[in-house]
Amino acid sequence: MNLQIKQEDQDNIHELSLSGEVDAFTAPQLREKLMPLTEKEGETIVVKLANVNYMDSTGLGVFVGALKSSKQNNSTLKLTGMTSRVHRLFEITGLDEVIDIEDVKGGSV
Amino acid sequence: MDDREIQLRRYKSILSKYLDDQSEQTLYKGQQFSRKMIEQKISPEEAVSLHVSAMESLYPDMPQEFKNSYAFLLEMMIGYGFAYREHQSLRSRQQQLETEIEIAANMQQTLLMGEMPTVESLDIGAVSKPAKKMNGDYYHFVQDENDCVSVAIADVIGKGIPAALCMSMIKYAMDSAPEQRMQPSAMLGNLNRVVEQNVDPNMFITMFYGLYDSFNHRFYYSGAGHEPGFFYNAENDDFGELYTKGLVLGVSKKPNYREYSKDLQKGDMIVLLSDGVTECRSSKGFIERDEIVAMIRSNLHLSAQEIVNTVYRELEKMQEFELRDDFTLLILRRKV
Repeated sequence: MNLQIKQEDQDNIHELSLSGEVDAFTAPQLREKLMPLTEKEGETIVVKLANVNYMDSTGLGVFVGALKSSKQNNSTLKLTGMTSRVHRLFEITGLDEVIDIEDVKGGSV
Repeated sequence: MDDREIQLRRYKSILSKYLDDQSEQTLYKGQQFSRKMIEQKISPEEAVSLHVSAMESLYPDMPQEFKNSYAFLLEMMIGYGFAYREHQSLRSRQQQLETEIEIAANMQQTLLMGEMPTVESLDIGAVSKPAKKMNGDYYHFVQDENDCVSVAIADVIGKGIPAALCMSMIKYAMDSAPEQRMQPSAMLGNLNRVVEQNVDPNMFITMFYGLYDSFNHRFYYSGAGHEPGFFYNAENDDFGELYTKGLVLGVSKKPNYREYSKDLQKGDMIVLLSDGVTECRSSKGFIERDEIVAMIRSNLHLSAQEIVNTVYRELEKMQEFELRDDFTLLILRRKV
């Protein structure tokens, strides 16, 4: 399976819409797109996850890296629209309490 | 006569025979000859040059255009020769790497081998298998002089060598903890500091740490983002989730790890697992946690070690004997 990443920029807001799977094979591709965005001060990065049907721990690792980088560089990282299956991963790992997550499908945050 | 001359003679005789009879049999001889040439590491352009020499000696009056065309062909083959030699050197390097990984995997095995506790009140089972050669899962039992048993299970993000290296770090950090018997929340806080300072920003580790007190049969535990285990209540014959809330190791500088506890009655069971167990993908989709519970339930009459072995074998079968992730399953059951 692969991952499609669509990017839309408006002023200092960058939206990445993902569809497919975020796993060990596709994670480097996401990291390459996401990390540089988090390195600019004052920018907001919104990652839309509605069409991500599978994520593994390597995928979570990309968001952990992005979170650390956004804190270091004073940018903002938001994840929106993930399915409850994917949200469960963020919940188990406790990452839901340190990452800004909005609008979980099939359940409230 | 040198090698090249012997080869040329042999090649010439097969070739001229084939030009005479064009038989399958001679063609087959040619195949065998080419296999020998490969064994002797004859490059593609050398093979063509052999053919040219053979043709020149068989047909001394060959038209000049043909001779020129052979010279042209030889030039064309040189690139293939480079590719062939590169392939050869990659192959030998790959063999070298494989040997090194083999040695590292053995080292890791030695590093991880610890004694299983032998406590009268507990029946303990453990299985841990890497998906590749090196294991990114980790488990660890320690028994102290008061027959208290501490258990840790950890899963390093990713697989393979980076995960295994990271895991060795955890092992050393745990071994150098100030005291063997440590409260689970304090242990996780300690390890978080080590991990936070020493891993790549994209890496993290999930861990569950528990301490079983053999005197009051109470199990104290904390989790750092680890896949929840199960608690089996023997009296009600019921499996519940062993839920813990806590952030994975290596993300934040000062996370709080809540401590929980459960009293174990005779026959009660603690089941701990790595997410390799629930992330198993069979041909029918993901294997759900309920299915794992069902497998354990149908083997409750066995010893803890036999249960984990059976579940491992069944899951392996469901995935057509190809683990996609490292796999670890531990069971602690109160005997008396």
